[in-house]
Amino acid sequence: MTTTALRLVVISAGASDPSSTRMLADRTAQRAVALSRERGRDVELTVIEIRELLPELPQALSSQFMGPGFTKAIEALVEADGIIAATPVYKAAAAASFTGFFQVLDNDLLIGKPVVLAATAGTARHALVVDQEVRSLFAYLRALPVPTGLFAAPEDMSSTALTSRIDRAAKELTLLMESGFAKAVREDSWKSYSHEFGSAGGTEVSVDFESDLMRLATGGTLPRSGDA
Amino acid sequence: MQFGIMSVSDITRDPVNDYTPSEAERIDNLTRIALKAEEVGLDVFAIGEHHNPPFFSSSPTTFLAHIAAQTRHLTVTTSTTLITTNDPVRIAEEYAMLQHLSKGRMDLMLGRGNTAPVYPWFGQDIRQGLPLALENYNLLHRLWREDVVDWEGNFRGPLQGFTSTPRPLDDVPPFVWHGSIRTPEIAEQAAFYGNGFFANHIFWPKEHTQRMVQFYRQRFEHYGHGSQNQAIVGLGGQTFIGKTSQEARDRFAPYFREAPVYGHGPSLEDFSSQTPLAVGSVQEVIDKTLSFREYVGDYQRQLFLIDHAGLPVEMVLEQLEYLGGEVVPVLRKETEARREPGVPDAPTHASLVKAKYGDAEPRQPRPNANRGDNVTGASPYQDSQGAEAVYPTL
Repeated sequence: MTTTALRLVVISAGASDPSSTRMLADRTAQRAVALSRERGRDVELTVIEIRELLPELPQALSSQFMGPGFTKAIEALVEADGIIAATPVYKAAAAASFTGFFQVLDNDLLIGKPVVLAATAGTARHALVVDQEVRSLFAYLRALPVPTGLFAAPEDMSSTALTSRIDRAAKELTLLMESGFAKAVREDSWKSYSHEFGSAGGTEVSVDFESDLMRLATGGTLPRSGDA
Repeated sequence: MQFGIMSVSDITRDPVNDYTPSEAERIDNLTRIALKAEEVGLDVFAIGEHHNPPFFSSSPTTFLAHIAAQTRHLTVTTSTTLITTNDPVRIAEEYAMLQHLSKGRMDLMLGRGNTAPVYPWFGQDIRQGLPLALENYNLLHRLWREDVVDWEGNFRGPLQGFTSTPRPLDDVPPFVWHGSIRTPEIAEQAAFYGNGFFANHIFWPKEHTQRMVQFYRQRFEHYGHGSQNQAIVGLGGQTFIGKTSQEARDRFAPYFREAPVYGHGPSLEDFSSQTPLAVGSVQEVIDKTLSFREYVGDYQRQLFLIDHAGLPVEMVLEQLEYLGGEVVPVLRKETEARREPGVPDAPTHASLVKAKYGDAEPRQPRPNANRGDNVTGASPYQDSQGAEAVYPTL
């Protein structure tokens, strides 16, 4: 293995330790790491337990003030080549801690990054939460959810069907990570997304000096309404 | 280096004794605080601008003129003046007036204001806040430098032959600071004009401040106003000082917990370790404040917020005793000792007069007699350059 290791970040919103959500995420991560190694790329794995960040979540939500745990999580996500995001389903929706975590991140932090979406629930009736709710959150963040979403009700935990879905999702993730898609977006078309100064976890500090606003800032004028 | 205090003029219930001051009391108290700042030897007093309760400071120039009239050394300024919802013509007029009355002991800091409902009260739209701020300053800059302005823009009516009166004291415009947390266009405008840049430096970790100040310094140099370390930088900050660190934390904690801006959020410990908030003994506050220059470089002005969140006036006056008596004297000495060679002081009226005129007498504009064209303004002053109006003898 001569090339640099891929960085995979697992984000779990499981409420207990261990949780079935974390177990689903770990099974997926293990498959992705194994597949990647088979294909000649090592993988560095980082796990973010949202449960451990909960004390920092209220202040992050109310004042965009990131505590030390959030800051470390964001640093890991900046570097991530791929993500596995897993949440329990409560009341027919992803856990509030899970959506809360992603709502405080910069809008451009996850652009182009491949993500396996995974959820667990007490009943199969929640099965569509992954594809109907969680997927739209990641669409907003312009992340790249892999085609296969994972969902596990209690009866799925020991089924071979879930294992093959995990394999499929892990394979999709591995191929997308390997392709370097997110990095290529960052290099080639990053400017076409909207950014704030210091966004993308503090890494976005480029400034377009040719913009209308920059011209206005330097004593120029805006195009007048009615001007061609 | 200048040291001072800045107030947002909030009227907040004291969470310890459940007492909410009246507007009248708070206005009188803030006057006492400003006068005390002069008494204990601070350099600067700043007040914000707000147009909704629980704040009182809708008319900062009136308040600051009152303070300037009762002080001899203090520089009065704003934190901030709303460059969005104020007509730049009114800013030019009001602050030039303040400049005359204070004999130049004033400057001002421009900010956008982030309370959306305020904008429509003044006929504006927060979605246009940034272009509005930039365009308004471009106009303000000219109004203080050109006797007669023809101007047209997107956000107010055009001006033809307009003269903003009074002309600035000694025909030297007030020094302007541009305040911003994360908007590079504002830092760019400050750098372009060679004005000061002020970072709020209260709520967020230092990385935000560091990024913006660094950007401003680079652009200041880019526009040829001097080297990066000669750019004019100001920082906010927040402090509460006690006999011991424990005493400071114990006394400040109830106010911190209930503070409108960050109350019920982060703990005092977390907020202290992750933001510039300095709560502790004299030495702790000195040490933390001295650490600011390590990430922004040598800077010219440090303003502390000490009177918000319902802190009673007696406690604020006591804080001023600590600041003026024990903290700032050490900070002056230490910052002076550490300052790189070639770093300028914050501009004052005297230094700006000197820069413009050297040893020559400053210009004193004297209006021409009213000839009936004083509102169309070809040549309003006796020494005006430009077209002389010619009147046929009838």
